[in-house]
Amino acid sequence: MTEGRHLQGIATALWRDNPGLVQLLGLCPLLAVTGSFVNGLGLGIATLAVLTVSNGLVSATRRFLQKEIRIPIFVLIIASLVTCVELLFEAFFPALDRALGIFIPLIVTNCAIVARAEVFASRNPVVSSIVDGFGMGLGFLLVLVTIGLMRELVGQGTVFADMHLLFGGEPVNGLVVADAGWLIAILPPGAFFALAVAIAAKNAMDRRRSVRLRERTGLR
Amino acid sequence: MQFERLNAPHVRSTASVPRIMLQVLLALVPAAIAHVWYFGPGFLFNLIIATGFCVASESAMMAARGRPPEDALSDYSAIVTAALIAFALPSLTPWWVTAIASTFGIVVAKHLYGGIGFNVFNPAMAGYVVVLVAFPADLNLWVAPRMGDTDYTTLSLVETLTFTLTGGLPDALTYDAVSRATPLDLMKSGLNQMQTVEEIRALPTMGDFGGRGWEWIGNFLALGGIWLMIKRVIRWQIPLGVLAGLLVPATIAFMIDPGSNPGPGYHLFSGATILCAFFVATDPVSAATSTRGRIVYGIGIGFLIYAIRKWGAYADGAAFGVLLMNMAVPAIDAITRPRIVGHGGASRE
Repeated sequence: MTEGRHLQGIATALWRDNPGLVQLLGLCPLLAVTGSFVNGLGLGIATLAVLTVSNGLVSATRRFLQKEIRIPIFVLIIASLVTCVELLFEAFFPALDRALGIFIPLIVTNCAIVARAEVFASRNPVVSSIVDGFGMGLGFLLVLVTIGLMRELVGQGTVFADMHLLFGGEPVNGLVVADAGWLIAILPPGAFFALAVAIAAKNAMDRRRSVRLRERTGLR
Repeated sequence: MQFERLNAPHVRSTASVPRIMLQVLLALVPAAIAHVWYFGPGFLFNLIIATGFCVASESAMMAARGRPPEDALSDYSAIVTAALIAFALPSLTPWWVTAIASTFGIVVAKHLYGGIGFNVFNPAMAGYVVVLVAFPADLNLWVAPRMGDTDYTTLSLVETLTFTLTGGLPDALTYDAVSRATPLDLMKSGLNQMQTVEEIRALPTMGDFGGRGWEWIGNFLALGGIWLMIKRVIRWQIPLGVLAGLLVPATIAFMIDPGSNPGPGYHLFSGATILCAFFVATDPVSAATSTRGRIVYGIGIGFLIYAIRKWGAYADGAAFGVLLMNMAVPAIDAITRPRIVGHGGASRE
């Protein structure tokens, strides 16, 4: 019974309410670190972990919190989780940690996380909050890796380069599609272009689907 | 006797978009001839390639938007965009760089915003900036101007065409043999190496005021620009504003420390100053529209050019200045909206 509802919640988080493409939350890390697939994946995993656990903790403590000071408490919870994630990254993926730099600690200020704590976790039971956090984090991760993939392909002509930062082993060049790319895609303007293209593509798909649906059902 | 009664306006302007665009193109002709004389036939190849891609992408976008392509093509605005891109690019440019600049300018900067009349950014400068940021190495190949260095190898027509189409130079020639840093590049790197302006100005690429060759192209551009002003195709506020915004700070800095600040004549006759003042900043769509707004817009561009040349990482800032002020245009127009007669303004109590 509830499982179906959870699955539907995750599907909604991935597409209809996607934090990156629809809610446009957490744009600062989204634009800043998506220069390559591996950077996007690294930050996406970190955000996913923080969002899932923070939603669970906020939901578990929601009855003890003073309503007036709930947001600072959310931030404290999120900050302690981010500190854990940061130490884990430093310990296990030092190179990726250096590549992502300040944006790992800055997950604290990712408004997508505070928004889920406030909008969902503080009013819902623990399990559905964890599911919601996971779904939203996954939706954010997918946007990060998609934009990272686009920018890496256009910007340096490779796909999945430097995956050793995350999985260890020998340095890898990934799939080399071209020898050189358009530098602008790696630079900040490329992030805005890539995000705009991704949002436009999503809207176009939605519109096409709704047109098809209307034709099939014969509704106006 | 019954006279036919007509409603106002009784006197109609002969101005139309195609007519204005043709006048702009005509005003660019002397400078184009000077460009070919000083920097070789590469300019013509760039112009042809840019025109081809601008026209093709304009037709494709009009078709994609479900409109007849000839509506957009008959106003010649795509060709003006192509001409401005050809002036902005170095004469030795691989064809695909020109193609990307033209396509981006028309597709993204013009048609994604709604086509002519709706574009926020100047399409030519948007296209140029994209390739400038994306391919910095390919946009540094300015050939040395005719009558410049003595050790300079000229490329023939065929060799220039080969380079444009393949990006390859004839055997035994290197990039260094055919290209030179632009005067603004020389000035920037020279000043960074603690040389004085006087030492840098003694280099062979330098002319009487700005760069050799560049200053004559500037003269012919100014000639065309002044003709456009007389014809009232462009208003005087924007060119004057650009020149004032650039030259006033340049003069002040020059008077304070002539050793590390090139004079106003140098700024006027280097890089894209005159092209920008008369032909780019005056784009009627992306510029401010009120009289006071045009002055503010022009001064803003001029000062940004000065700031980028003096403190920025790029040697010239005309394209960036125009794009940045394009963004400010809605605010400028809102603030400088002229008072309607009889409404608002000073109270008459």
